Amino acid sequence: MDANGRLLDVQGLTKRFGGFVALNNVSMHLDPRERLGLIGPNGSGKTTMINCISGALFNEEGSVVFRGEEITGLPAFKRAELGISRSFQIPRPFRTMSILENMLVPMEYAAWGRVDHATHEDRAMEILALVGFQDRARENSGNLTQVDLRKLELARALAAQPDVLVSDESMAGLSSSEVDEVLEILFKLNERGVAVIMIEHIMRAVMRYCERIYVLDAGQLIAEGTPEEIQGNPDVERAYLGE
Amino acid sequence: MKVSGFWIGIVLMLAAGFVLAGVADNQFLFFAGYVILQGLIMAVAWNVLGGFTGYVNFGSAGFFAIGAYTAIALHQFAELPLLVLIVIAGIVCGLIGLGTGYLTLRLRGVYFAIATLAMAIVFESLITNWDYVGGSAGAYVITPAEVPFFDSFIEMMFILMLVLSLICVAVSRYLSMSRMGRGLASIRDDETAAECMGVPTLRLKLISTTVMGVMMGVAGAPFPFFVTYINPLSAFDLLIAVNAIAMPMIGGTAVWFGPVIGALLLGTIQQIVTVTISSELNILIVGAVLIAFVALAPRGIVGLFQDFARKRREGGK
Ligand SMILES: Nc1ncnc2c1ncn2[C@@H]1O[C@H](COP(=O)(O)OP(=O)(O)O)[C@@H](O)[C@H]1O
Ligand SMILES: [Mg+2]
Repeated sequence: MDANGRLLDVQGLTKRFGGFVALNNVSMHLDPRERLGLIGPNGSGKTTMINCISGALFNEEGSVVFRGEEITGLPAFKRAELGISRSFQIPRPFRTMSILENMLVPMEYAAWGRVDHATHEDRAMEILALVGFQDRARENSGNLTQVDLRKLELARALAAQPDVLVSDESMAGLSSSEVDEVLEILFKLNERGVAVIMIEHIMRAVMRYCERIYVLDAGQLIAEGTPEEIQGNPDVERAYLGE
Repeated sequence: MKVSGFWIGIVLMLAAGFVLAGVADNQFLFFAGYVILQGLIMAVAWNVLGGFTGYVNFGSAGFFAIGAYTAIALHQFAELPLLVLIVIAGIVCGLIGLGTGYLTLRLRGVYFAIATLAMAIVFESLITNWDYVGGSAGAYVITPAEVPFFDSFIEMMFILMLVLSLICVAVSRYLSMSRMGRGLASIRDDETAAECMGVPTLRLKLISTTVMGVMMGVAGAPFPFFVTYINPLSAFDLLIAVNAIAMPMIGGTAVWFGPVIGALLLGTIQQIVTVTISSELNILIVGAVLIAFVALAPRGIVGLFQDFARKRREGGK
């Protein structure tokens, strides 16, 4: 935590792709144990923000501070070791590996210094049970359906034993009851002290889960507030309806 | 500590080599055995980077030749023992491998493969213009007529290659079965995801390219002494580079014993063809077998067996 008691603090972050400004001077923060939402229309820069936080991309301007430590230039694997874990919106499984082996990668790397090595497989199986994969651990991940791949994305991100979990549209394509199941998982995770950043298009899930929400539109932060405040915000409505 | 079947196998292979050296008189056996084992080291080396890590190296012959020419250059400079030459050649090629690793920072997939090919071509023209090691005319090596402990020089070279092969196989097996092996596989499957799961991708890739370089340098260093005459054409031989790729592809690239199976099989076929028909046919044979495998069994012989075993399990209820 830094001086203001923030777990994660992003200040004045700008990310360009060539001449295109994907994120323009965006600041946001995450408190310890907080459940944060990040919403906005397609192409507004949500995933780019996650890429800059996780280190998959490097921002040109601004800083990212985690637990008081500047991590702006740190490679992604170091950030994962520190406890920042993310899922990918477009699933990126390790295709030649089984479901269980997919789980063991973050355990043997990101969480290596934090978790008793002898318990890896048990812990992996526990997490797999959460998403209903307990009987499919040996199945090859290359043949999974899109929906299953999303579940694996979430499970694998959890296997890194994160302090901050960033879930990038983990619920897309899930049925209504599956969405509730995932929300349940995320609530439990949060109770154990994990802060969560949820990117989601399913408003019902975001409004139910998040304590505070940021809204991005075309690379700009246009609103911040509680779910109630966001729902009543005319700027947000305009951004979504594309007026 | 439990002694695993693997180590028993290693000791058995070594013992078999010594027994063969003791009983066999036919020098051709050692000659052929040396060539097969040389291919085996190259295949195992290629597979560390190509199979485990997913970076295809087209420049294997370059590493091999640099190993051979490092040995020649040192041999011209001072008559060092062969083992010392092998170690230094391994270090030199390891460093070149390390440099190759930095290429992976910017180059993926086919671009990396082309860069390694270009690198081999650059090395070849450097060597061709380096008079100290004979330039394009090549260099001769005088090998001792008698060696201690062995009946002949070629017999000693065969045992040397056998020991080197077994070491390389053990290293490759360790790499693939350890935690590092999972890290390498995650890079092969998805580098971005691997990095975000905490895998230090650059460090692992550098280890992978360095190990590959060392092994190929080690395979190349004894070569001039084996053939007693070396020139750029024979050191940068296309067949060496093609075999290094074909043997793992035929055996199976995902596991450590894939390239071993491929090398023993293809290497033996090539030796038989060399004796019965002509060595000119070898490159044609590799080409044909490789195409057949890429088209029909992309996961190699190991993959075929795995599929077969799975079908039996599922079919047998
Ligand atoms: N690697 C990239 N290269 C170029 N443009 C990109 C890249 N990643 C994202 N963008 C662009 O940045 C903008 C924001 O994308 P993204 O962050 O994926 O949006 P969101 O996740 O909110 O839908 C889009 O216009 C997208 O085309
Ligand atoms: Mg997105």
